[in-house]
Amino acid sequence: MAKYKLPKPGELSSSINYNPPAKDWMDIPVEFKPATYPAAAKEKDLLTVGFPNAHQWTPEDEDWNLPDGWEDTVIKGIEERLSKYRSFKLFMDVCVRCGACADKCHFYIGTGDPKNMPVVRAELLRSVYKRYFTKAGKVLGRLAGARDLDADVLKEWWYYFFQCTECRRCSVFCPYGIDTAELTIMGRELLNLLGLNINWIAGPVAACYSKGNHLGIEPHALKSNIELMIDDIEDITGIRVNPTFNRKGAEILFVTPSGDYMGEPGIYTCMGYLMLFHELGLDYTWSTYASEGGNFGFFTSNDMAKRLNSKIYAEAKRLGVKWILGGECGHMWRVLNQYMDTWNGPADFLEVPVSPITGTRFENAKSTKMVHITEFTADLIKHNKLKLDPSRNDHLRVTFHDSCNPARGMGLFDEPRYVIKSVCNNFFEMPENTIREKTFCCGSGSGLNATENMEERMRGGFPRANAVKYVHDKHGVNMLANICAVDRAAFPALMDYWVPGVGVTGTHELVANALVMKGEKERTTNLRGEDLPGKEGNE
Amino acid sequence: MDSKLKDLLEKKRSELVSKWIDAIISTYPKDPSGMLKNKKDRFENPIGHTITNVTQNLFQALLDEKSFTDCKQLLDDIIRVRAVQDFAPSKAVSFIFMLKNVVREELGKEIRQNQIYEEIFKFESQLDDLALFAFDIYSGCREQLNQLKTDELKRMTFTLLKKANLMSEIPAQEFEHKELKFNL
Repeated sequence: MAKYKLPKPGELSSSINYNPPAKDWMDIPVEFKPATYPAAAKEKDLLTVGFPNAHQWTPEDEDWNLPDGWEDTVIKGIEERLSKYRSFKLFMDVCVRCGACADKCHFYIGTGDPKNMPVVRAELLRSVYKRYFTKAGKVLGRLAGARDLDADVLKEWWYYFFQCTECRRCSVFCPYGIDTAELTIMGRELLNLLGLNINWIAGPVAACYSKGNHLGIEPHALKSNIELMIDDIEDITGIRVNPTFNRKGAEILFVTPSGDYMGEPGIYTCMGYLMLFHELGLDYTWSTYASEGGNFGFFTSNDMAKRLNSKIYAEAKRLGVKWILGGECGHMWRVLNQYMDTWNGPADFLEVPVSPITGTRFENAKSTKMVHITEFTADLIKHNKLKLDPSRNDHLRVTFHDSCNPARGMGLFDEPRYVIKSVCNNFFEMPENTIREKTFCCGSGSGLNATENMEERMRGGFPRANAVKYVHDKHGVNMLANICAVDRAAFPALMDYWVPGVGVTGTHELVANALVMKGEKERTTNLRGEDLPGKEGNE
Repeated sequence: MDSKLKDLLEKKRSELVSKWIDAIISTYPKDPSGMLKNKKDRFENPIGHTITNVTQNLFQALLDEKSFTDCKQLLDDIIRVRAVQDFAPSKAVSFIFMLKNVVREELGKEIRQNQIYEEIFKFESQLDDLALFAFDIYSGCREQLNQLKTDELKRMTFTLLKKANLMSEIPAQEFEHKELKFNL
């Protein structure tokens, strides 16, 4: 037996290398660690909507059961999209790697992983584009930054394209206006061609296609959910609100994300809408068919997004309304504001929205015919149409998170702030480079707000939480207001982890708590059943 | 702490802290942009800011021989970040042991000249204990991550369960007559 010499302690410790390998990004394969990625799409959900290559697989499997000839499918997919979308072709060619976007992504800032730099995320796809679609890449290969498409590349795409929330913060800083979110969108479309989507997206898409909303709530359940809220509103205010459903001839159709129908704290925002509309005597209707404003189809393919979106105009037409009012949601508004008109318009059967209360004509919505609820409410407040008692929110010290899509997708910065400041006496802004068009994402957008990828969400949301922590420490902020259903679903966990003691609220929950309704009884609690300031101990 | 070692640590504070920061940053993926070290804005580089802030203050706390409880918030700040990043548990808290290497390398000559081995052993033992304390914080963070998943599911489904009469809350007013005693 060979004599084995034990190493000395010094030799042992010097053999431990804390440093990660210093390799080129192309040579570092993806490692799937639990809780850092979402679960794979289920075959049944893809089949429901007719997506190609539905099959069973899991990300941690060595073999993803890819269909025969998958490489051709992807290359042809790229070719088709290059010819269809000029922006895609431009974004592939125009980047000069100036690095302006590099440190702007919340996932990069929260992980320090260079593959989360928007420029590198784009390069994951660009390297394949170069190899198959540019002369330099075909001839020079890796020297020109090109590489072959293989299963490892595909896994890398999947890991990093589902580690981008399409929030578009990086695009604000790109001197060429490259929208890396669009590259993620292309990447996800290509993966979708192979049946490689995620469960948290594919499930809601299938539910929305068959039931009208992401949560799969059927008409009777939607109605009874809202009736539960009506009971709670009556307990708190003494007033029974009386919304209508699928009512033909109503003036306005109201569409909101289904996250508002169940789950806390989304339902309180929904109660806020109900109370506001009742107080105004608004001639409006809910729809159990167009029961979803959000559009997870947008995270699968352009065609699916268009299909799921079409029900909004179709329902407006069927009911014969004049215009559409939309609730608090994030990506819903990017889709409505930037895509709906082109996909399913022109909505020439609708009228340019005019507030029946103030007479304000919403010129900004004259094409889509759909108004954001904070624009609508801000206009009401500006015209003194609401009786408000902001002191009911005096126990709150509020900050506002600009939800990425309304902020960067439609420039909605001031209306929500105006509304919040009108209904709350204590409002504090987060630092300038973390709000408005530079807002940091919640880390859970674009279908990433699953539960199994909690660590991924905590990393991605760290920059946002870090700014909330600052105002929490400095001003005692204890409430994070927003205008997005995903924010309302995802922020409670993010706050509990990074900034305990900060709650999460939709803007219209704050409005409804401050709203003094005609004939209401003396309120002692807010919509959550918590004592109002100065009313503690009342029953 | 022996005044000689303390003097040395204080004299070389900026070099020691700077090398400690470098060592911690080197546990992150190789990044040519150097963001974690170079970007000073605390909101645009929260990891870098946390590392810098924690190392500087923790170093001072060690010099002042503060109790571990006093260091808890500082340790929590950095461990909370590393607990959700791509680190094995051992690696997540390894940053404390890194200070040992930094001190040995930077002060090796002075330690030999001044014959303060015993003080160095004490200092290193203090770091060992701190690392154990840090591991408790790390475990707490990991347990909390699991709790967050449970809480999130409850928030998502509680209304449904109530609606389906599968779950009910006892209303507060049932306790209004709590002065009534049960005669058992």
